[in-house]
Amino acid sequence: MARKKRKVKSMSLARHWRLQDERYKLIGRECAACGKKLFPTRDICPHCGSRDLKPYRFAGRGEIYSYSTIYQPPAGYEGFVPYTVALIRLDEGPLITAQLTDVDREGVEIGQRVEMVTRRLREYGPEGLIVYGYKFRPVLKG
Amino acid sequence: MRGVSIIGIGQTEVREHWERSLRELAVASITAALDDAGVDRADALYVGNMLSGELTGQEHLATLIADFAGLQGIEALKVEAACGSGGAAVRIGYLAVASGLHDLVIVTGVEKMTDCESDLVTEALAMAGDGDYEAMQGLSFVALNALLMRRYMHEYGVSHEDFAGFSINAHRNAVRNPYAMFHRPITWEEFRSARMISDPINLLDSSPVGDGAATVVLCPEEKAKKFCPTPVTIIASATATDTIALHDRDDPLFLQAAHESAQKAYLQAGVSPEDIEIFELHDAFTIMAALSLEACGFADKGRGVELAKDGEISLEGKIPISTMGGLKGRGHPVGATGVYQIVELVQQLRGKAGANQVESHLGMAQSIGGTGATAITHILQGPN
Ligand SMILES: [Zn+2]
Repeated sequence: MARKKRKVKSMSLARHWRLQDERYKLIGRECAACGKKLFPTRDICPHCGSRDLKPYRFAGRGEIYSYSTIYQPPAGYEGFVPYTVALIRLDEGPLITAQLTDVDREGVEIGQRVEMVTRRLREYGPEGLIVYGYKFRPVLKG
Repeated sequence: MRGVSIIGIGQTEVREHWERSLRELAVASITAALDDAGVDRADALYVGNMLSGELTGQEHLATLIADFAGLQGIEALKVEAACGSGGAAVRIGYLAVASGLHDLVIVTGVEKMTDCESDLVTEALAMAGDGDYEAMQGLSFVALNALLMRRYMHEYGVSHEDFAGFSINAHRNAVRNPYAMFHRPITWEEFRSARMISDPINLLDSSPVGDGAATVVLCPEEKAKKFCPTPVTIIASATATDTIALHDRDDPLFLQAAHESAQKAYLQAGVSPEDIEIFELHDAFTIMAALSLEACGFADKGRGVELAKDGEISLEGKIPISTMGGLKGRGHPVGATGVYQIVELVQQLRGKAGANQVESHLGMAQSIGGTGATAITHILQGPN
């Protein structure tokens, strides 16, 4: 348990604060040179090498490229088990890695339409930091 | 640049060594390798290791090991490339000797994983991917591989059972390797019904973590015969990288770094995949075995599983893999694994692989870090 406490302390608030635009608003980058949309944020375009990148807010919709349900989680995610994670092809192009939520595990399939929501990602112990961020849920029909 | 030979090997069994520490495991394999080479000192020690700080509270690892191995004063550095750390350390050792800077180099891979509870090990292994954008979303390292496997099954219309041959072959070969973690063959039925970890990956798709250490001693090719009657020569050494995260790859189902490092190695050695008689690949999961065979030119895209179904990966097959058990059967002490692969290839090429002997003169080993983000390929040639 001593080890877990030490880890909690090292996972500083600042690390998560720096990522808040990405985690809450899905803000990545658009390359001014080649037009590619990028998530996560980078300083250099991996497609053309340009350093001229502007903030770009993704609409938060896409479809499932692949998925898996986790039964043996890393420390810190026990409370979600079993939970389903996915690679999602955003409509603007890039793949994103995220948990699925509000979903019937048995009904998940490749190609399914999903949309972004904000949810609790993990907690660092009972009195520790709670980290929020993006997850994806099936697009509500109708 | 000059040729580099392997003149000594040493290894400990892979298992839960509750009675032996990280440093003791490393020292045991170093002592065995130095005795095998008939030397008692070297110019440098390079240590492949991924998680000594995270799992055992010890960094500054290479200096510690040099100290306790009776090698005080020598150059000693740790090399880290996640699950590819062992292969990366061999690469650095190769560069040191090939460049002419050192004449006698020790490369050790060591990992101590069983002192920690399994959820902490799972959390630590996830650091092989992108911490902020993969691990923080709750993905274990197994889950990243599961995403690949699910997509592979979807795109190529193969079933989970089609991967069984990889694990059955690995376990069959491990039975006769005294250093392997498992000495029990598995059946198709056991494979099919094993406990799910991150679907579609179950327990028998996955290599087990464990404690272990392996060491090789390197010297210039022209001096090798002085130390060793049967030196094995490293005729190619090549590394390549890909994006750290799966989601940044144009085609996640093609291991671009594995492909590029293998192509560079083939070019350096002047050989092609048909010339390789043994391939010690990175079968951390059955899906990685299939993708590695495809990336390195042994199968077309989507056809890697067929080599397992047809028995072509067995000791008698066209391209024997995991000949001493591989990661699945021998065990996967992550940062040590890349050195185990080289030690086992040397056993094979010396003709000292016992019941698992494959008559061979040319073997390839590929160590992979992360989900294919780092790939280190070595081609070894047996004594003439
Ligand atoms: Zn660009």
